[in-house]
Amino acid sequence: MSNYGPASALPGDHIRIATDPYTEPFWQAAREHRLTTCRCANCGHCRIPPTPYCPECQSNRIEWPDLPGTGTIFSYAICTKSPYPDVPDFVYVPIVVDIDGTQGHGARLVANFVGDADEVAIGMKVKVVWTSINDGWELPNFEKA
Amino acid sequence: MAWVNRDKCAIVGIGATPYYVRGQSWPQTTDQLAGEAIMAACADAGIDVKDIDGFAYYSGAGAGYTGKMDTADFMEQLGIREVGFTAALTSGGGGMAGTGGLATAAIMNGDATYVVSVMALQQLPQSRLGTVFGQAAPTAHNSFMQPSGLVGPGHLMSVLARRHMHLYGTTRDAFFEIVQTQREHAMPRETAVRRKPLTREEYFASPMLADPLCRLDFCLETDGAVAFITTTAERAKDLRQKPVYIHASRHGGTRAWGRAFGWMGMPDPTFASSGHKPVADRLWADTGLTAKDIDVALLYDHFSAMVLMQLEDYGFCEKGEGNDFVLSGKLRYANRKQPGAIPLNTHGGQLSEAYIIGMTHVREAVEQLRGTAVNQVEDAEFALVTGGPAAIPTSGMILRR
Repeated sequence: MSNYGPASALPGDHIRIATDPYTEPFWQAAREHRLTTCRCANCGHCRIPPTPYCPECQSNRIEWPDLPGTGTIFSYAICTKSPYPDVPDFVYVPIVVDIDGTQGHGARLVANFVGDADEVAIGMKVKVVWTSINDGWELPNFEKA
Repeated sequence: MAWVNRDKCAIVGIGATPYYVRGQSWPQTTDQLAGEAIMAACADAGIDVKDIDGFAYYSGAGAGYTGKMDTADFMEQLGIREVGFTAALTSGGGGMAGTGGLATAAIMNGDATYVVSVMALQQLPQSRLGTVFGQAAPTAHNSFMQPSGLVGPGHLMSVLARRHMHLYGTTRDAFFEIVQTQREHAMPRETAVRRKPLTREEYFASPMLADPLCRLDFCLETDGAVAFITTTAERAKDLRQKPVYIHASRHGGTRAWGRAFGWMGMPDPTFASSGHKPVADRLWADTGLTAKDIDVALLYDHFSAMVLMQLEDYGFCEKGEGNDFVLSGKLRYANRKQPGAIPLNTHGGQLSEAYIIGMTHVREAVEQLRGTAVNQVEDAEFALVTGGPAAIPTSGMILRR
């Protein structure tokens, strides 16, 4: 039915991120290719993006567990227009991923799928791949597990 | 329990600029467009612009996503003497239909007598809504979204549409039915930007901007301004137009929806929804009405799929049955309302008439209830108007003849 072919991640040299004191540990771990999440040290609820208070128990205590780096595609879109005027059109697949090792809803990641766009499906198991972006940061994307 | 302010206030004037294809309103400024709409609304009501003493905005008083509207500017430019109320609902287009409630709050609190609500939108190349998220400067929070390339609202909502298709078997045929229905509604309307008939072939040949949504599932990119005037039901009786009563107006939402597609953390079944269910439930409780009592539905249609999800959330059909309900053809305009039917966006909506962040829906509701609409639903008594499925607040308003 669909015939999109290979999907790539957005070009890393066009991606810039910003951090604040609560999100920075996530990105520092990513720099070492460790996928983590903001987990409440009081009740264990996970949240992304990382924020000051746990929405379940209002605790400000946070821990940063090492996660397996795998997950399941919850939903996705397939895009064919380049988001950047200086980059020719290419196929990319934004995905919403339920991250393994997190409890409760809220700890999803939005990323790109790298691989055959025609194979992408809700429920597909994926594993993290890292994309180098500006300022020495690393961005989690995903491929078929 | 009935809404405490039921029918106590009324929309007494509505005004709009012409609608322009994106960027073509230049060299007019957004202040100029807003001023034209405000003065037209006053003229329609039969009041002097200097009688305005309150402003009730939504979208944080933004003009589009990048511009600003400000009460002091309007006072300086239009000669308004004194105001007793100036406030905006937070976030974006989700709050559009809540402005009637905000205006009512101002009036019933004795803060103001003639309250104006206005939106002006001008999409010059640097302020296109369709690319606004992609172009935004990185922040700590959008750094968890922006690198995915979900650059605009349509890209974000395509992910919700996909989940709906997965859970309920919803098809692109239903999205097409919504788009074609609204195109037919726009055809006789001179204000509409898209008036040519739309074939099935054309729709399915339209480029997929964010599969499962194609370009024709996306609303128009247009410029213009729309304003409306609210006052007490008492005063409304002495003004030029037949009053259109604010029967109920609510804004809000639950944490499960929250920042919605700015977050993507919503659990099922909220993820594949319009986020409107809590607002819908309140409106029905406020009024004792149900979806069956609504004569015309002006549902915020930034993207076709989100109309289908609103039909479910407002109870026009059961959750998950939107596909079959839409395909039954019950959304199409007929001069006399058919049993079980609900004429949808009889002005053509944002998909075919114009997109002014929802305000064209208030205009159409007012015309329907005055009995002056182009596609007039005979004896229309209740109109439902909704704000955008978007980050909280979402909103809805029931207007009464």
